[in-house]
Amino acid sequence: MGWVWKSLNSSIGKKLVMAITGICLILFLVIHLINNLTLYAGPDLFNTVVKSLDGIKPLIRVVEIILGLIFILHIINGVRLWIENKKARPVNYTVNGSSKNTTVFSRTAFFTGSIIFIFLVIHLRTFWVAFNMGSELAESHRYYDILVEAFQSPIYSGLYVVAVLLLGFHLNHGFQSAFQTFGWNHKKYFPLIEKIGTIYAVIMTIGFASIPIYFLFFFGGK
Amino acid sequence: MEHKKINLTLKIWRQHGPKTPGSFVAYKVAVSPDSSFLEMLDDINNDLESKSLEPIAFESDCREGICGTCGLVINGQPHGPIPRIATCQLHMRNFKEGDTIYIEPFRAKAFPIIKDLMTDRSAMDRIMEAGGFISVNTGSVPDGNAIPIAKEIASESMDAAQCIGCGACVAACKNASAMLFVSAKVSQFALLPQGMPERYQRVETMVKVMDEYGFGSCSNTYACEAECPKGISVKNIARMNREYFMAKIKSTNVKV
Repeated sequence: MGWVWKSLNSSIGKKLVMAITGICLILFLVIHLINNLTLYAGPDLFNTVVKSLDGIKPLIRVVEIILGLIFILHIINGVRLWIENKKARPVNYTVNGSSKNTTVFSRTAFFTGSIIFIFLVIHLRTFWVAFNMGSELAESHRYYDILVEAFQSPIYSGLYVVAVLLLGFHLNHGFQSAFQTFGWNHKKYFPLIEKIGTIYAVIMTIGFASIPIYFLFFFGGK
Repeated sequence: MEHKKINLTLKIWRQHGPKTPGSFVAYKVAVSPDSSFLEMLDDINNDLESKSLEPIAFESDCREGICGTCGLVINGQPHGPIPRIATCQLHMRNFKEGDTIYIEPFRAKAFPIIKDLMTDRSAMDRIMEAGGFISVNTGSVPDGNAIPIAKEIASESMDAAQCIGCGACVAACKNASAMLFVSAKVSQFALLPQGMPERYQRVETMVKVMDEYGFGSCSNTYACEAECPKGISVKNIARMNREYFMAKIKSTNVKV
């Protein structure tokens, strides 16, 4: 099976790994956002949702491991591509003309990805660790309260908003890019894919960014 | 028809040899707006030679945009600011009085600089040798229309075949990737029945050689299509990816 390994390490193979893991993460974000939006219905619904996920803990753990591996593959492969691509041009141009022939979204994919990665680490520390490693003496509003407390911090909320804005940039490029890598660039459908990608990125940005804003400025509607 | 000459400052990359460090040298010129970009460089070279100075090394051949020999990065854009033309088709009327123009060679690991603005682009020839052909072994010229090919398919193939192999896609790409070039060469055959017998072998070996020369991977920024003098579409890259995946599934080659 040496050819599988060789193929996945070819220039096209590496892009395929980026595209497949990217699509998985795109789908994950949809589920994540739906979960988050239950916050608007108040503490009860959100806590019920989180608790019900707690009830199927072994399954959630398996999904978390798969999701973690997908993230790691996407990140490691992305960093590797970035390093290799830098090596493909050892001497840079003195005049950079890239703003004339590319979009800001595609040019900055590595930068936005890096910021999102830093945010992801902080984000997991703030919520995943607090949700999973917190006291076993769970009061009824525990999960919701962790959120309220975290979003009290303007620094964390600000970082959150900036990160999801850059996530929107990343997704706007990544969505269409994945389809192009799969080879699904067709005259009829590709303009539609690009539009859906942009709409998706905007929904994700507004959806995720609205939550820290809601808690920081509107105190969760209280 | 006498036009007023425009005064320009040219900052031209001078590099004595492949291993020596290069730098920009400024040249002040007064040039006719009717002059082509390469004619302007010819004039500078005449002037330099008359003073027994080393002329600027740059490449050109047909000077009508069909051979793919010329190629300069002008103010950060391969083949200059005007879309869909090669450097030789760029005229000085596209520049304004007092402009400063930076002229650099194509920069990529796979395109080592020979001298000044000349680069060694033979990596692209090696990719072509790996599979950018069809093997026709026998027989005389076949009858016209013996193999039916739909007009749209033939046109798409010819669109891909327009690639002149200049390397502007590599020069424009932030990753110095040759995907647009290779995909055009794969597509021109992949679309036609004549290309079918060697279909999978072609894409596998061409991509392998492309990777060996240290071209980068595609980030789908589409700078290549924007700068291509022939407007080769990135749809060809999508097609090459499809061909590659199918080759991986169907070909019997386990060595690549």
